Amino acid sequence: MIKYLTCALKWVDDRFPLTATWKAHLSEYYAPKNFNFWYYFGSLALLVLVMQIVTGIFLTMHYKPDADLAFYSVETTIMRDVWGGWFIRYLHSTGASMFFIVVYLHMFRGLLYGSHRNPRELIWLFGVGIFLCLMGEAFFGYLLPWGQMSYWGAQVIVNLFGAIPFIGPDVAEWLRGDYLVSDATLNRFFAFHVIALPLVLLGLVAAHVLALHEVGSNNPDGVEIKKYKDPNTGIPLDGIPFHPYYTVKDIVGVVVFLMVFAAVVFFAPEMGGYFLEANNFVPANPMQTPAHIAPVWYFTPYYSILRAVPPMFNSQFPGVVAMGASVLIFAALPWLDRSPVKSIRYRGAQYKGWLTAFVISILVLGYLGTVPSNVWGQFDKDIFILGGADRATVLARVMMVVYFLFFILMPWYTKIDKTKPVPERVTG
Amino acid sequence: MANQEVDQSKRRFLIAATAVAGGAATMAVATPFVMSMLPSERAKAAGAPVEVDISKIEPGSMITAEWRGKPVWLINRTDEMLALTEKIDEKLLNDPKLEVPQQPDYAKNPTRSIKPNLMVMLGVCTHLGCSPTSKLKPGGEEGMSSDWPGGFYCPCHGSKFDLEGRVFAGSPAPINLEVPPHTYLSDTRLLIGADKEA
Repeated sequence: MIKYLTCALKWVDDRFPLTATWKAHLSEYYAPKNFNFWYYFGSLALLVLVMQIVTGIFLTMHYKPDADLAFYSVETTIMRDVWGGWFIRYLHSTGASMFFIVVYLHMFRGLLYGSHRNPRELIWLFGVGIFLCLMGEAFFGYLLPWGQMSYWGAQVIVNLFGAIPFIGPDVAEWLRGDYLVSDATLNRFFAFHVIALPLVLLGLVAAHVLALHEVGSNNPDGVEIKKYKDPNTGIPLDGIPFHPYYTVKDIVGVVVFLMVFAAVVFFAPEMGGYFLEANNFVPANPMQTPAHIAPVWYFTPYYSILRAVPPMFNSQFPGVVAMGASVLIFAALPWLDRSPVKSIRYRGAQYKGWLTAFVISILVLGYLGTVPSNVWGQFDKDIFILGGADRATVLARVMMVVYFLFFILMPWYTKIDKTKPVPERVTG
Repeated sequence: MANQEVDQSKRRFLIAATAVAGGAATMAVATPFVMSMLPSERAKAAGAPVEVDISKIEPGSMITAEWRGKPVWLINRTDEMLALTEKIDEKLLNDPKLEVPQQPDYAKNPTRSIKPNLMVMLGVCTHLGCSPTSKLKPGGEEGMSSDWPGGFYCPCHGSKFDLEGRVFAGSPAPINLEVPPHTYLSDTRLLIGADKEA
């Protein structure tokens, strides 16, 4: 039996680099031996991507991208009539939120250990592309159930493009394909969600992994393992083959992750209104705006920034620019960071302090984005400058400044930071 | 031919020419794809401007037209109505100066209209999109308070607007009612949904 299989493998290998690819990316891809908890989230992101694609394919079998039918095809057909439809749908909707949790932790790992630094700038840029794609997927996908929040969320976001000076209204009309969010909009968002962006996403993920395997993985010490290789084999002394060592380690992560995932799907698929908003169980009604429009949790930090910027020259555009900048500024990170060390382990108080402030600012902005801006009332009229302003808005503005200062001041504070000496090899 | 030297400048020219031709062809082919995303003829027809006969509106009364699925109010205000509206204390209004662009520039004037008497606005509350009820008569005649200057009252959450559609302070609605683009075709015919052609 083995003889025939070996023979078949040789036949394939003569015509396609099957064994060579397996070796290059798994069994002979040498990753640093000191990966820790934070290194689970790359492979978990890949797992969620596969889950989203598979559940998505099965959802399209029953979903109807038509303004008259969409809401009922989700809430009646899929959720009630289709065998296991509710399960597939909750996997997909929970998967969207889990995707962002995993990706945010994956990005935070980069900030901790300097994974975006030379020579991994391109990996980071592909990653930012993946992040943007993911945001697009989430936005387009959210319109498809055609509930009130789907509808008005899309309305608000498309109107952001309408705030662009001069060409804005025409751009918004072109995006919608109508004068208001309508059947035409739903149909094209469906096309973007199920085919256009997934293709781009897969391409970017491939580029992300290929670039990673070209330069090699970073690690919690932020040192290059390729510096010290076994003179005979050329294998990095601190490297271990990804398969079986990290494939086995990742299985543990996958099992724990799936436990959490299943708990959400089975016990709290709406997650108290954070994963699926209550208003979205009401069919879209263009004639009636919901009392409080809030995006899903993963967009709320950026939504907070949008709201925090006051209109200038009678235009919302500055807020739109600030929101766009708050996402795109991540792309500049490899060039903003001037520290001689990569890992947080050897950085000084400056970077640690700024990173903490940055995380706090994101969490506070994220919370504020889920509540109305008058949630804490207004300051008393007679308080200097602040008099009469919404308390929550003032806090959002302060946090927004912290958010941007983390990036803008980075070239300065990473340079003056008191770093510790970096070891020659990984510390295990 | 084979041992002839390569003419680099000719080769560069050919590469550039091919790139330009290819680029032009790509742009030409991309055009229908980009344009296909514009509102279709059907959407355009459904959202086309509507023409309304305004000669039959009695002074002091209003009619409702429909444009893009929304009610459009046409109010023939009498001079007394205009005078009452003008007398409203600006402190009672959220945006008396019409700073929020809820109207085309040609309606950003003291009567919020092209012709002083005829008011054109969308009957959609800026709070939650309900349609307010008309309370055109001043005073308590239609169940409003005795100092009511005439206007509109939203039954859903109690927002109040004057006859220009300006929102009274304290209403849940944050901004004035929207004035849609409109233009006079003649003295008796009004086109809703289109600005005056330049």
